[in-house]
Amino acid sequence: MGNALIIAEHKDGKLRSVSLPAFAFAKDYAGQRGGEFHILVMGHNLGSVVEEASCYGAAKVHVADNEGLGPYLAESHAAVAAKAARDSGAEVVAATATAMAKDLLPRISAKLGAGMASDILGFNDQGYFQRPVWAGSAVVDTEITTPFKVVTVRGTEFEPAPKVASGGDKADVTVDLDFGSLKKRFLNFEEIKSERPELTEAAVIVSGGRGTKGEEGFKLLDRLADIFTAAIGATRAAVDAGWVPNDLQVGQTGKMVAPDLYFAIGISGAIQHLAGMKSSKVIVAINKDEEAPIFNVADYGLVADLFKAVPELVEEIKKVKG
Amino acid sequence: MKIFVTTKRVTDPDVKIKVKPDGSGIATEGIDYKVNPFDEIAVEEAIRINEKQGGEVVVVSIGSGASTKEVRSGLAMGAQRGILVKTDDYLDSLGTATVLKKIVDDEKPDLILMGKQAVDGDNNQVGQILADMLGYAQACFASKIELGDDQKTARVTREVDGGFDHVEVDLPAVITADLRLNEPRYASLPGIMKAKKKPINEMELSSLGLDTTPKVVWHKFSEPAERKAGIKVPDVPTLVSKLKDEAKVL
Repeated sequence: MGNALIIAEHKDGKLRSVSLPAFAFAKDYAGQRGGEFHILVMGHNLGSVVEEASCYGAAKVHVADNEGLGPYLAESHAAVAAKAARDSGAEVVAATATAMAKDLLPRISAKLGAGMASDILGFNDQGYFQRPVWAGSAVVDTEITTPFKVVTVRGTEFEPAPKVASGGDKADVTVDLDFGSLKKRFLNFEEIKSERPELTEAAVIVSGGRGTKGEEGFKLLDRLADIFTAAIGATRAAVDAGWVPNDLQVGQTGKMVAPDLYFAIGISGAIQHLAGMKSSKVIVAINKDEEAPIFNVADYGLVADLFKAVPELVEEIKKVKG
Repeated sequence: MKIFVTTKRVTDPDVKIKVKPDGSGIATEGIDYKVNPFDEIAVEEAIRINEKQGGEVVVVSIGSGASTKEVRSGLAMGAQRGILVKTDDYLDSLGTATVLKKIVDDEKPDLILMGKQAVDGDNNQVGQILADMLGYAQACFASKIELGDDQKTARVTREVDGGFDHVEVDLPAVITADLRLNEPRYASLPGIMKAKKKPINEMELSSLGLDTTPKVVWHKFSEPAERKAGIKVPDVPTLVSKLKDEAKVL
């Protein structure tokens, strides 16, 4: 026992890199508990995903490949995952805390009668999980007393697992669900297309808030982002105002990010935004209000009008970078 | 159509929360309580559906006796009646869902609307767990809900990574509200006056005969690792030279 089973995410026949921090967690956890690191892949036509997943040092990759699992539905995937958890001797079932995992893992916890800890930052020698509560204003040591434990892992808190030699065992998971009896049907997925990298995967992020005053302000941010091939982020205020799509929101109720470099432009620094970005390695803030709380977390703060400072910054960086 | 909508009394999300010096919990002295913001969105959606379809909106809450205030604020927005299961105990997500399942089994609503997460525990679990316990479909993180003409199904747009997931669920189902589902209304003065006379069925948790022993136990609370404030730079050229020579990110 003591095994850690990670639900890997994939898209278009490729493993999603968001899963790598959960692999790293599983190696740590299973190592400490004298168990093994296992991976579960669910979907249809999974050949290339399984090959990729077997390159991270898992003792076994469990494969549930079935036409009915093609479209993601929490109802079918939770049933399959609960079965795989029982069959694989898992103590902990986990995934990186993406939108899919937040939807799916509580349903698995219900099927297993397992306690669940969301969005964990780490765990201690007693096996208590550290997790943020009250928008990250506090961290609580959380004990799960059930034999099965379910957790989602905050991706920014674990270094992505590196590839090692391939060759882990593979095991097929028998899928015996009556897909026709499901009470939910997938209709379609409306993708938001972007030339830019995903927020959770970008090395540099340029984020804007209320101070950008609208779409025109965000166009300035685009120029800065172009230099770095950066992702664009936004505060809840900017998203609520409809200036940018909602999947760009960084914060407690949006995405958790930790890039090498984070530009906070026209952002005051509300608690819920800081919760999503304060693990960034270097934070630069530009805001005309010198009292803005964002300056309390920024490595470099510039009190200035962003509409003047950002164009100047673009020119100066271009000079330096050649 | 009978709609259940759950609300939780939470600490004011706009107030900075501090941990008690002994790490036994968060310091609550002098802190205001409000309806969980995501639940307010769920209440608004329930009322909008009710205004079109008729029927009844029931606000359901679990908490201390003081939670009547938050139930009442849902009634002031337009819900018809309330149910409050009273307890001062800490319940985890499994315990909360166990209580809600009991109320659902007794009342048999056609639709259950919930906020996607409460902003105190930040778990984002109860809706999904309740749906599984009931054998219902779930549609979490909804930004749009359209009921079928026969009121037997609902089409839901879900906000997920990289776009929108469109699904159809059979009713009854559990749907959890994300931020952009709607803008909750303010209760009107007549609404507040009427709410005072609307019924709230209060019951003690201990009278329901349920096992709600927590499986998820909170031990020590601590302040998060604080990030140190850096420096202020006087102008853009200084900023760029710091980024290049000191932070080495250019």
